[in-house]
Amino acid sequence: MSATADTAPAPTPSALPPLAEPDTAWSPLDRLGVALAWIAGLLLCLIAAAIVVYMLIRGLQFVSLKLLTTHPVPATDQSQSGGILDPILGTLILTAIGTAIAVPIGVGIAVWLSEYGRPGALARAVESGVEIVAGTPTIVLAIFGFLVFTQPAFGFLSFTAQGNAVFGRSFLVAGVVMSLVAIPLVVGTTRESLQAIPDHVREASYALGKDRASTIRRVLLPGSRSGIATGATLGMGRIIGDTAIVVILLGATLQLQGYGSTPILKTLRGTGSTLTSYVYNNSPVGEGNAPEKAYAAAFVLLAIVVLLNLIVNRAVRRSKSSWK
Amino acid sequence: MGATEVAAKTEDRAGPGPVNRVDKRAELMLGALSTLVLVLIAAMIVFVIAKGWPSFTHNGLAWFGPGGNVDQQLADIFNSPATPSNYVYTFHAWPLIYATFLTTFFAVVIGIVVAVLTAIFIVEFAPGGMRRIMEPVVRLLAAVPSVIYGLIGLLVIVPFVNDHLLSEGTKRSVEYVVQLDGTSIGVGILILTVMITPIMIAIVVDALRTVPVGWTEGAAALGVNRFRVLWTIGVRASRPAIVAAAVLATARALGEAIMLSMVTGSVGFSPNPLDGLLYFAEPARPLGATIVAQSTGLSVPPLEQTVFAMAAVLLVSSAFLSFGGAAIRRSIRRGQVAPALAGVD
Repeated sequence: MSATADTAPAPTPSALPPLAEPDTAWSPLDRLGVALAWIAGLLLCLIAAAIVVYMLIRGLQFVSLKLLTTHPVPATDQSQSGGILDPILGTLILTAIGTAIAVPIGVGIAVWLSEYGRPGALARAVESGVEIVAGTPTIVLAIFGFLVFTQPAFGFLSFTAQGNAVFGRSFLVAGVVMSLVAIPLVVGTTRESLQAIPDHVREASYALGKDRASTIRRVLLPGSRSGIATGATLGMGRIIGDTAIVVILLGATLQLQGYGSTPILKTLRGTGSTLTSYVYNNSPVGEGNAPEKAYAAAFVLLAIVVLLNLIVNRAVRRSKSSWK
Repeated sequence: MGATEVAAKTEDRAGPGPVNRVDKRAELMLGALSTLVLVLIAAMIVFVIAKGWPSFTHNGLAWFGPGGNVDQQLADIFNSPATPSNYVYTFHAWPLIYATFLTTFFAVVIGIVVAVLTAIFIVEFAPGGMRRIMEPVVRLLAAVPSVIYGLIGLLVIVPFVNDHLLSEGTKRSVEYVVQLDGTSIGVGILILTVMITPIMIAIVVDALRTVPVGWTEGAAALGVNRFRVLWTIGVRASRPAIVAAAVLATARALGEAIMLSMVTGSVGFSPNPLDGLLYFAEPARPLGATIVAQSTGLSVPPLEQTVFAMAAVLLVSSAFLSFGGAAIRRSIRRGQVAPALAGVD
C-alpha cells in the first residue's frame, strides 16, 4: 500500500520538532530481505515438487499391479523378492489398531479436559503429560513398549517362547504403542473444536433439561465431529509414517506371520512389516538392499500420505465454517 | 481457560437438589481415563530412567564424556560375560551426544531463518495463487514420512556428495582417521532442516497473522515499507511464537532416528571442526540412530541398560523441551507477552 506522509498542518506546529522523513524508501537491506523471502518460499515449493515428482517417476517405473498383489519373498535378487502386499496389509492393520485405540482415549481425555477439568491440578498434569508424549521421540516410545510388553503378564499380546520368554513383538503391541503417537493429536484437535463451540450452545442444551453427560454426547461431540476426524486423520498420518516403532515392535518379518490358531487374532498376535519398515529394510542400510522395491513401497506410502493430507485439508476448511 | 469457565457455569446451573448420577459417573470415568494415561506416562519416564540407571552409576559423569571408541565399547558391552557380576558397562557417549547436538543445532538454526523468511513470504509477498498452494505444500512437507526422506537422502543426495563434492584427494587426506563415502552429518543436517522447517513455518505464519492489524497498519500509515513493517512489527511481535516453534522443532530433531541412521553413516565418530568444510562431510551417529542400531541386542542385559540410558537422556531432554514450549505457548495464550511487546518500536 502506498503510504504518504500526512501533510495537514499539526495543531501546534511550532511546539513540535519537524516530522522525520517518512521511511518509504526501500533500502538495499529491505530489498535483500524481500529477495530472500521469495527465495525461501520458492525453494520450499521446489523441494516439495522435487520430492513428489521424483517419487512419482520412480514409482511409475517400479510399481505394477503384480507388485501390489504378491507376497514378498526373501531373496538377494530384486527380481525374485516378490511384491509388497504384506507391507501394505501391515500398514493398514497397524493403522487401524492404533487409530481404534487412540480415538476413544484421545476424545475422552479432550472432553474431560475441556468440559470437566476438575481438580485443576490434575487437569494441568494430564495436559503436561499429553504434551510430553507428543514430544517424546518415537524410538523411546518403542523401546519403552519393548520393556513393558516383554513382561510375562502381557504374553497374550504376542507369543511366549519356551521358558516363559515373551517375544514382545506383534501387531497388537505395536498398535498399542502407536496409539500413543496419535493420542496427542486427537486430544489437541478435539479440544480445539470443543472450545470453538460457543457456550450458548451448551446453555441451550441445559435449558432443555439435558444434563452435562447427555449434552456432551448429543450436542458437543456431534458438533466437534470434524475436529475429531481431523485429529484421527493426522494421527493416522503419523502412524503410517512412523518407522522406529515398527522396526522394534513389529518384528519386521517380511510376510505376515501369524501365531496361534484363531483366524484374526492369529495375525494380530503375529509379526509382520509395514511400508515404512519395508522401505527401511530394502534401502542400502537394510538387510534387503533392493532399491527398486524400496522406491516402489515409498511411492505407495507417499501416495497414502498425500491422500490423507488432502482429506485433512478439506476437513480443516470445513471445520472453520461450522460455528458462527 | 474455557474449561474452568464452563465448570463454573455448570455449577451455577446445578443449583440445589441432588447431583445427577449419570453426569457424576461420566465425569468420574473420563477423569479416571485421563488419570490412567497420565500414570502410564509417568511410569514410562520412571521405568526408562530406572532401567538405564546401572549404566549411569557404573560410568558416573564420564557417561556423557569422551573417551575411547564408542562402537568398540558397545560391542564389548554386547559381548560381556553372562554372569551379572562380570557385566561390562564402560561407555562414553560423547560422540553420540555430539552428533545429536550438531545435527539438531544446525538444522534448527538454518530452519528458523528459512521458516521466518518463508512465513513472511506467505503472509505478505506471495501472489494470490501461490499463497493458496503454499499452505498445502507446507503441510505436505511436514507429513512426508522420515523414511522417505531417508531413502531419497541415501539414494540421491549421498551419491551426489560422494561423486561430485568429495575428490579422491580429500578422501585420502583423512582416510587414516575416517572413511568418507558421502554419508555425513552435512547430508543429515540438510534433510533434517527440510523435515523440521515446515512445522516452524506453520507456527510462525499463524503468529504473523494474529499480529493486531492496528499495529501493522499504523506502521504502514507512517510510511514504512511492507518488508520493514513485517520485520520490525510482525516478526518482533511473534517472537514468542518463533521461540515456541524452535523448541518444538528441536524436540522433533532430537528424536529423529530413522532418517539420520540412514544418511549420517552410522559410525560412532566425532567430526573434527579442524578439518574445515570437510567437517560436514564426516560421518557420525546420533543417539536416536544408535538406539535403532542396537535394538537387536536388547536381549543382552547390560546392552539393554545402556540403550535405556540413551533413551533416558533423549526422554528427559525432550520432556524439558515440551515443558519449555508449553510454558511459552501458555504465556502467548494469556496475552502477557503481546502487550509487553507493545512498547517495542
